[in-house]
Amino acid sequence: MEILMSFLIGILFMTATYLMLSKSLLRIIVGTGLLSHGAHLLILTMGDLKRGAAPLLGENAESYVDPLPQALILTAIVISFGVTSFFLVLAYRAYQELGTDNMDRLRGKEGHE
Amino acid sequence: MNNLLIIPILIPLFTGIILIIFSSNIRLQRTISGISSIVTIIFTAALAFQVYNDGIQTMNVSNWEAPFGITLVSDMLSSLLVLTTSIIAAACLFYSFWSIGEDREKFYYYPIFQFLIVGVNGAFTTGDIFNLFVFFEVMLMSSYVLLVLGGTKIQLRETIKYILVNVISSALFVITVAFLYSVVGTLNMAHISARIAESGNSGILTVIAVLFLIVFGLKGAIFPLYFWLPGSYYAPPAPVMALFGALLTKVGVYSITRTYTLFFYHDAGFAIELLQILAIFTIIAGAIGAIAFHDVKKIIIYNIIIAVGVILFGVSIMNSESVTGSIFYLIHDMIIKAALFLLVGIIVKLAGTADLRKMGGFIHTYPGLGWTFFIASLALAGIPPLSGFIGKLLIVRSGFEDESFWGAGIVLMSSLVVLFSIMKIFIGAFWGKARVPKNTGKVPVTSLLAAPALLTALAVLYGLGTEAIYPVISLAAETLKNPDIYINAVLKE
Repeated sequence: MEILMSFLIGILFMTATYLMLSKSLLRIIVGTGLLSHGAHLLILTMGDLKRGAAPLLGENAESYVDPLPQALILTAIVISFGVTSFFLVLAYRAYQELGTDNMDRLRGKEGHE
Repeated sequence: MNNLLIIPILIPLFTGIILIIFSSNIRLQRTISGISSIVTIIFTAALAFQVYNDGIQTMNVSNWEAPFGITLVSDMLSSLLVLTTSIIAAACLFYSFWSIGEDREKFYYYPIFQFLIVGVNGAFTTGDIFNLFVFFEVMLMSSYVLLVLGGTKIQLRETIKYILVNVISSALFVITVAFLYSVVGTLNMAHISARIAESGNSGILTVIAVLFLIVFGLKGAIFPLYFWLPGSYYAPPAPVMALFGALLTKVGVYSITRTYTLFFYHDAGFAIELLQILAIFTIIAGAIGAIAFHDVKKIIIYNIIIAVGVILFGVSIMNSESVTGSIFYLIHDMIIKAALFLLVGIIVKLAGTADLRKMGGFIHTYPGLGWTFFIASLALAGIPPLSGFIGKLLIVRSGFEDESFWGAGIVLMSSLVVLFSIMKIFIGAFWGKARVPKNTGKVPVTSLLAAPALLTALAVLYGLGTEAIYPVISLAAETLKNPDIYINAVLKE
C-alpha cells in the first residue's frame, strides 16, 4: 500500500513541478495546490498505513491508526488553504493592476515602479 | 517549568489582536504598539538574564510531559536572538511612525507587524519541529502581507515570486518533517536528537540533513537558493525592508544552526562539508552582487547574502570558537543590517531615487545622517573597536586552525568587498557637489534618524563591550557544542 501511495505522491509532485514551471500564473497556483496535496498524502503515508480503527476511543478497538500525522495534516491543510486563498486574490489583483498573467511579462526592470 | 519564556510570543500576539479592533484610530494604534514593544524588550531582557543565571529554561505547554506535548525551550542563543528581535522590532516600529504613511497604517499595518514578531520569536523559542513549521508560516504569512501592503506594481509583482518560492519551500519542509517522523517517530527536537543518536548513522539521515539544508537555505538565502531575495526585498518600504533584512533570513540561519548542531552533530560529514562549500559560494555570490550595483538598496541587500555566508561558514567548522564567532556575528549583523536599511531608507527618501549616480552632497545639509551612516558602515565591515570585528576574527582564526584556508581567506576578502561597497554608498551619497533635493521640507529627518542612530550606538557598545558580553555568547556556543545539555534540560530524566 505504501509503495502504491509513493507512486501516486511522486506523480503529484511531478505534475506540480511541471505546472509550476509554466508561464501562466493560474497554472502555477494549480501546481502549488497539487504540491500541497502531495505533501499531505506523504505525511499520511510516512505515518504508516497499518489497519486499525479510526482514532476515536469510543471505537473500543485493539489497535488504532496513528493519530499524530492526522493532526499534522489538518494543520498543514488549513495553512496551505490560507496561503492559497491569499495567493489567488493576489493573482487577481496583479491581473487587474499589471494587466497580464504571463510570468515572462512580469519581469520588469530592476527598481522600476 | 517557567512561564516567562512564552511572554515574548504572547505580548505581540495579544497586541496584534487588540490592534485589529482599532484599525481606524491611528494614534491609538501607535500608542499601543509602541508601549507593547517596549514592554516586550523588558520581558525578553529579563528572560535572557534568567537563562544566563539559571541555565536553559523549558516550558511544557499545558503540562504535557516533554516528548508528548509541545515544549518551548529558551537556551542562551534563542533568548539572545529573541532580545535582539525585540530591540530591532521596536526600532523599526518607531521609524514606521514617521515614514510608513497613513494609507498603509489604516490597513492593519501595525497588527501584521506584531504578528511577524510573533512568528520570529516563536521560531526562535520552539522545541518542536512541526511547531517550528507553524511559526515559520505565521512569520511568512505576515511577511507576504507586509510585502504587498500598499499594492504598487512592483510590490504585486515581487510578492507573487516571493509567495511562490515560500510555498514551495514550506511544502518541502512538510515533506522533510514527514521523512524525519517516519525514521525517528517523534517531533520533539530534543527527543529527535536522542533517537538519532541511538539509531546511529544511516544514509537516510544524511538525506534528511541535506533536505533541511535546502528548506532552511531557501528561507535564509544561501548560494544556489538566494535568487528570490534581491528582487523581493527591493519592493517594500524601508521599515519593512529593515525587518525582513534583519530578521527573516536570520531565522533560516538559526534553523540551520539548530538542526545541524542538535540533530546531525555526530555523523553528517557529507552534509557539513556541503554546508561549508555552499557558505563559501554564498559569500562569493553576495560579494559579486554588492560590487555590481549602483543602487543603494541593492548593495545592502547583497550584503545580507554575504553575512549569511560568513555566519554559516563559522557554523560549518563546528568547533566552539567558530560557533562563538558565528553567534557574535549573527547578533551584530541583525542589529547593523536593520540600522543600515533604515538609514538607506532616509537617503532614498531625501534623494527621491535609489540610484547612487543621481545623488550627492548630503553631508553638507545632513551631517548627523552622514556620520551615523559612516559609523554603521565601519561596523558592518568589521573595523576593530566596532561590533563586526570580534565575530569575524573568531571565525577566520578557527577557519585557519581547521585548515580551511580557502574559506577563511574568502571571509577575509569579503570584508574588503563589504567595505568597498558600503563606502561607495557613502562617497556617492554624501560627498561631492550638493544636489539640493526638491522635497527636503517634507522628510522629517531628525525623527527618522533616532531609531537607526540608537541601533548604531548599540552596535558600537556591542563592539566596545565585547569583554562583558563574551561569557554570555560563549555560554550560548557551549549549548550548541554539547547538545546533551539541551536534551537533558528538555527530557529531564
